[in-house]
Amino acid sequence: MAWVTQTLSSSLGRKVVMSLTGLFLSTFLIVHMAGNLQLFKDDGGRAFNEYTYFMTHNPLIITVSYLLYTSILVHALMALILTRHNQASRPVRYAYSHPEANSLWSSRNMGILGTVLLLFIIIHMRTFWYEMHFGSVPMAEYDGKQYKDLYAVVKVAFAEWWYVLLYVISMVAIGFHLAHGFQSGFQTMGIRHPKYTPIIETIGTYFFAIIIPVAFAAMPVYVFLQVHGII
Amino acid sequence: MQPLRRTDYDFTTAVADHLQFLYKMKVNLKVWRQKNNNTAGKLVEYGLDNISPDMSFLEMFDVLNGELTRKGEEPVAFDHDCREGICGMCSMYINGRAHGPQTGATTCQLHMRSFSDGDTIVVEPWRARAFPVLKDLMVDRSAFDRVIQSGGYVSVNTGSAPDANEIAIPRSVSDEAMDAAQCIGCGACVAACKNASAMLFVAAKVSHMAVLPQGKAESTLRAERMVAQMDAEGFGACSFTGACSVECPKSISLDHIARMNREYLGAKLTSENMQG
Ligand code: HEM
Ligand code: SF4
Ligand code: FES
Repeated sequence: MAWVTQTLSSSLGRKVVMSLTGLFLSTFLIVHMAGNLQLFKDDGGRAFNEYTYFMTHNPLIITVSYLLYTSILVHALMALILTRHNQASRPVRYAYSHPEANSLWSSRNMGILGTVLLLFIIIHMRTFWYEMHFGSVPMAEYDGKQYKDLYAVVKVAFAEWWYVLLYVISMVAIGFHLAHGFQSGFQTMGIRHPKYTPIIETIGTYFFAIIIPVAFAAMPVYVFLQVHGII
Repeated sequence: MQPLRRTDYDFTTAVADHLQFLYKMKVNLKVWRQKNNNTAGKLVEYGLDNISPDMSFLEMFDVLNGELTRKGEEPVAFDHDCREGICGMCSMYINGRAHGPQTGATTCQLHMRSFSDGDTIVVEPWRARAFPVLKDLMVDRSAFDRVIQSGGYVSVNTGSAPDANEIAIPRSVSDEAMDAAQCIGCGACVAACKNASAMLFVAAKVSHMAVLPQGKAESTLRAERMVAQMDAEGFGACSFTGACSVECPKSISLDHIARMNREYLGAKLTSENMQG
């Protein structure tokens, strides 16, 4: 198996790991966003709580969620290894440099954007995932069945303006991370073709870098406005 | 292009063109000076007046070196050879960009008219772990040679030359190969990349052989070996920023990097080399 470890520790192999985990995380975002749209339903959180019940009890989803946790860890760890290696490849920096003349800011700052995302993921999981699994969440009853009322936790969290702001900033970061990351991930896998690359770029820019972050950012803003009786 | 007719000349422009040689510019240079690989370097300022806008950037350096020599100072060491954009020697990082502000050109193809009178111009050597500074602006690019030696060739048996038309190659394929083969090994891609990655160079070399029938036979081995050597030399990984292709004097396309990724992954998955 020497060839496997050797391949995965080459510069190209490491990027393949980044790409596979990154693109997997991107597909997860679609599911996560679609589900969370339940927050916009004006039903006191019933649809949302039923959806979270499904997410925490369906065996397939549970299996995939372990893959997801692993992906986040591997992606972040590989990002650290790559970033350090890349920095070591230029021990003496230029005194004067104009990188904006040849490349986009987002493509040059994936590590910084990713660090913001990692911090966000930790805070986000502490607030919701940890509470859902190990904390004390109030219960709600629909049609005689008991549900954990995660919606109540959401309302408390998103009542704080700074917490909402943190979410909005993080969604800007994910927008920039994916504006570059989504299309780059395909090229890392060798997928570049005059027919498909423009489609991939369009999906990356409009769907992953704009629609998804805006939809996610709208959730805390909406709940905040609702809790404070503004809408 | 329309043939130039007499009326296309406006008289004053024509006179101005002919008197251009009278116009001289002043530049303020900040040049990286470093005795050798073991000593620290620093940016040193030099002022030059009497620079013609029609001089190439290297000719401007010749003027500077002439002045330094007359003053009994050590001239600035810089690499150059063909001075017509084909040898790839003239590595200079000028005002924060590989080969200066122009795209699709080497330093020897850059002219002083690309600058304004009185400009300050910062000139540094390529910065990469794999390209150690030898002296002043000269770097050691032999890492590229070792990457080529590891697999950038096609093995042929000696004997009588094969017939030129023995293997039919579609025009589109030979064009693709020739586009990649334009790479002159200048190292601007490494210099411009935030990771000092040599992906564009290695990809151009892998590509120009991989697409041709003569090169296909060894393509698996080639991709494996050249990538391994590239990593061993201490170049960074690819982040797909695209800086390399913008700064490449031959505008080598990122298509080749994607092709190398394909070649390498395919090679790793199919080769019988178990050791890596
Ligand atoms: C956990 C925090 C994260 C960190 C530290 C991080 C860091 C990075 C870095 C440094 C890169 C660039 C690698 C390179 O240019 O060589 C990258 C690429 C990428 N990231 Fe992330 N990221 C994080 C989270 C995410 C998330 C949440 C997603 C998706 C929802 C994602 C998707 C991607 C994609 C698709 C790529 C492109 C891979 C490629 O270029 O081949 N990342 N990430
Ligand atoms: S790919 Fe372009 S920039 Fe890189 S070495 Fe070749 S010619 Fe120079
Ligand atoms: S001196 Fe040969 S390319 Fe510039």
